[in-house]
Amino acid sequence: MRYTAKKIGTLLLTMVLVSVFVFLAFSLLSGDAATRLLGTEATPERLAALREELGLDKPLIVRYADWLAALLRGDMGISYQYRLPVAQLVSERLRPTLTLTAMAFALIVLLSIPIGVVTAKYAGGWLDRVVTVVGQLLMSVPPFFTGILFTYLFGLVLRLFVPGSFPAAEAGGLRFLGYLFFPALAIALPRVAMTVRLLRGCILDEAQKDYVRTSMARGRSRGDILYRHVLKNTLVPLVTFLALTVAELAAGGVIIEQVFSIPGLGRLLISAISNRDAPVVQAVVTLVAFWVVLCNLAGDLLGRRIDPRLRGGEGGDE
Amino acid sequence: MKTRNYFLTFGCVITALMIAFILLGYFWTPCDPMKMDGSVRESAPTLAHLMGTDKFGRDILSRVMKGAGATFFVAFGTVLIGTAVGTLVGALTGYFGGWLDEVLMRFNDALTAFPGFLLALVLVSVLGPGRRHLLLALGIVFIPSYARIVRTEFERARSQNYVKSAQLMGASTARILFVHILPNIWPVLLSAITIGFNNAVLAEAAMSYLGIGVSPDEASLGYMLSDSQAYLATTPWYALGAGLVIVLLILGVGLIGEGLQRKDL
Amino acid sequence: MNKTRTLSLLLCLLMLLSLLAGCKGQQPAQPESPSAEPTPAAPATPTTDPGRRETNEITVGISQDLDSSLDPHTMVAAGTKELLFNVFEGLVKPTPDGDLAPAVAEEWTLSDDLTTYTFRLREGVKFHNGSEVTMDDVLYSLTRCRDEGYVAALKDSVIEGEGSTLTITLPSANNEFLANLTCAIIPADYADQATAPVGTGPFKFVSRAVQQSIVLERFDDYWGDKAYLDRVTYIIYENPEALAMALKGGAVDLYAHLSTATVSQLGDDFSILEGTMNLVQAVYLNHTVKPLDDVRVRQALCYALDRQQIFDLTADGKGWPVGSSMYPAFRKYYDESLNDLYPCDTEKAKALLAEAGYPDGFELTITVPSNYSPHVDAGQIAAEQFRAIGVKVTVQPVEWATWVSDVYQGRNFEATVCGFDASTMTARAMLERFTTGHSKNFIGFSDPDYDAAFAEALAAKDDAAQVAAYRKMERILAEKAANVYIQDLVDFVALRRGLTGYRFYPIYVMDMSTVRYE
Repeated sequence: MRYTAKKIGTLLLTMVLVSVFVFLAFSLLSGDAATRLLGTEATPERLAALREELGLDKPLIVRYADWLAALLRGDMGISYQYRLPVAQLVSERLRPTLTLTAMAFALIVLLSIPIGVVTAKYAGGWLDRVVTVVGQLLMSVPPFFTGILFTYLFGLVLRLFVPGSFPAAEAGGLRFLGYLFFPALAIALPRVAMTVRLLRGCILDEAQKDYVRTSMARGRSRGDILYRHVLKNTLVPLVTFLALTVAELAAGGVIIEQVFSIPGLGRLLISAISNRDAPVVQAVVTLVAFWVVLCNLAGDLLGRRIDPRLRGGEGGDE
Repeated sequence: MKTRNYFLTFGCVITALMIAFILLGYFWTPCDPMKMDGSVRESAPTLAHLMGTDKFGRDILSRVMKGAGATFFVAFGTVLIGTAVGTLVGALTGYFGGWLDEVLMRFNDALTAFPGFLLALVLVSVLGPGRRHLLLALGIVFIPSYARIVRTEFERARSQNYVKSAQLMGASTARILFVHILPNIWPVLLSAITIGFNNAVLAEAAMSYLGIGVSPDEASLGYMLSDSQAYLATTPWYALGAGLVIVLLILGVGLIGEGLQRKDL
Repeated sequence: MNKTRTLSLLLCLLMLLSLLAGCKGQQPAQPESPSAEPTPAAPATPTTDPGRRETNEITVGISQDLDSSLDPHTMVAAGTKELLFNVFEGLVKPTPDGDLAPAVAEEWTLSDDLTTYTFRLREGVKFHNGSEVTMDDVLYSLTRCRDEGYVAALKDSVIEGEGSTLTITLPSANNEFLANLTCAIIPADYADQATAPVGTGPFKFVSRAVQQSIVLERFDDYWGDKAYLDRVTYIIYENPEALAMALKGGAVDLYAHLSTATVSQLGDDFSILEGTMNLVQAVYLNHTVKPLDDVRVRQALCYALDRQQIFDLTADGKGWPVGSSMYPAFRKYYDESLNDLYPCDTEKAKALLAEAGYPDGFELTITVPSNYSPHVDAGQIAAEQFRAIGVKVTVQPVEWATWVSDVYQGRNFEATVCGFDASTMTARAMLERFTTGHSKNFIGFSDPDYDAAFAEALAAKDDAAQVAAYRKMERILAEKAANVYIQDLVDFVALRRGLTGYRFYPIYVMDMSTVRYE
């Protein structure tokens, strides 16, 4: 319990740090929302008036304090660019991104676990070799290149989807999922390969290790070690890796959203950055960061639940 | 197992070929990569232009050669900065622990949770555009991941017997860190370096795909890819040329990493 | 592994997840399709092309989202003005010929001293909310523009209205003032102009989904010729690739400002119309930095430029050369002879550079706004041409926000490629900015003859004298090589076959009222 509490404490600390980073980073970019909004029509008076209206005339620290206070009340602010509540903008964009992440994750889990176990079982066989070679190849193709290839192959040649025309909200859920399938596959493929590689490695690793070391050191029966430990010990890195994967999927979706022009969080972030729409950038970055640390925490806690040994190790620090 | 040799061999062959390709590009390209020629715009691969030409009639092969060099330069530098600083930070925090560890790890967490491209964008915008600045920006972005890996290894090593005996023998801390522990975690670090290199190639390509820190003038693989998307239907080979080079760069180093790891087993 | 089972399991899981993701209005899951394949080649918008034809509506692609506020008086983005042209009207409105036609005002007179404009308002003009336009609304709109500084030309004017007669008295003579009265007439005391704009134009605003779409519908009570189409949906395609796909896939019926790359990919489904973008694209030079303060250096750059190559490489040889800050659609003012002032001549350029003391060239950074690909492309080509005379050029793309704040306002640049258009249909809108000390004179151009010519234009009693003065200003800009003038971009408009009636204007607007199905 104490460990969990400590972890949550550090999580909050990380979040605060991230939000400070965003504020600092954003203030370093040249040009602010007022110059972006008024463009070449700007006059000093209109600029000053707009800055005052947006609160950009206040010092950075005051702006941060205001933002944090509002956030704690559950208010993410108003977008400079669209004059709409950030919460509304973000929630609209959350759906494609979450669906894309979920689809990609589902693909990863469903493809990699069976393939990983099978290749470990027949390690050294032809299947293992083919999978390993294909895996290496998949890991080498950047998702956005895969995306471009998919756009060409499935979009332009086979016409399985119309690239660039993301279905409107009122279109059916199935079409929505259909459009997201290829982007999801594009980001899932290299991660499938990584997961398979990890799983295969862990299983082989553990199977070899157990005979020489663990059994001698702990003096337990072999059957127990073989079945319980091999499985359990591969589960820990797997769960941690998958948790990390989910975290990275959220961040890694940015470019794939750009390639397939999916109106998700990533594209919102990119356009908000170039529009100097600070409230939106802060909200999205904080949200993504929260997601990342949450996934890491989940992986951590799950790992400890599965393998009690980790508890002892970490406890020794305190 | 026979396969493990193949990994290393193929990896080395591909990487060697890529390096030769890049070195060749550094001294010689079939055409001037900047030369525009209105008469051969978006042409398909021909003998004169083995990978075809882009929208300005520039030779894609020549640009890919230059671009691969740029990508390699950035990736190499990124890994260098990331490994050097990351190892130092990881070694100190992992070995000593305590509040320094806590502070740095929180900082690391925050950096890890921060979108890398925003950080790179900000750094490039502050430092000014240009490849060197992109390199520096990516290097900074990469430090946390190395620090984390190295920290875990040093933390583990701290409680191990060879370190304890070195401590008892009165070896200096620096000696313990870099003479005793570092060589022991070398295999882990090496695989982190190969993975890191590939991630850096990906990151450079992704950044230039988004147009961060690159000039459209200079050849850059990511920029070429994003440029090629508008011509995908008519000139798909444009995308292929640039993409393939990225794939080969990553594949070569990835195979080496895989080969090295399997040898350790 | 059982493949079909995995796939159906996957599909179920995905549906579950998308439900969890807050998918509202979800239709009941259709279990008859156990494959994870997407539905084949279905157009993305709810209606297909024949469907849109049947319902008499079209989908228009646009490249950027509009301003945050749709208030016609505060809008600044060209894209917003272009679209809201269909929603709002002023006392007068521009015509495709470059004239001003009566709109909310039916007729007007100008006093002999050129200071007092008298208008008679049109009867029975209605706002989209159903109420009739009253003198109060007109006075409210104009005083708002004057007091808030939205229309600079109204400054210190006296605006009075009685019955249906409106008089505007200006502090000084201005015979070009009418062009400013295209500023929108909006209902007085209507607070939601920013989100639900109400005007008097041929189309009324229906809805907006930020960063996605804007929907307009025909206004049936429009005072003039009613629009043909029932409904126009604007969909935002921020990246040209997506747009190209959408055009080819059938999701978009009309798109203006196409790139040549996209044009070349479109098949027979579209007719391509060619017009002008109505802006002056140039390598704008900062006159306050060395060595660009030397006229010989600037002229050398002009001689180094090969416009035809830019046309060839970016637009299949198409483009409208400009030699000064005036584009061809301003027929009266445009001086074609200035285009040939600096024929491409590398030797002469090198000689001029040597004469100015830079025989080995110099270093030059050309900043380009990265979101405007025509400027990025032209910048790259111009850079390559400048290199031919020994200038070491770096092309530096920056985000638009950075461009505005650093280049345009901060004036911290050496050279930049961008385009300037006219905010009103007057020569003044193009040329006044380069007078000494003008707040928009970001290149720092200063020439006494130019300022004198501008004073002449303002004081001109008749049109001919005014035109002559403006032409003189153009010639000075060209002779002093104020900027390396490139072109007015060719504007390709893709119109789906079966549609007709698109008209080009000399200013940046997209008139949907005349577009119709054949």
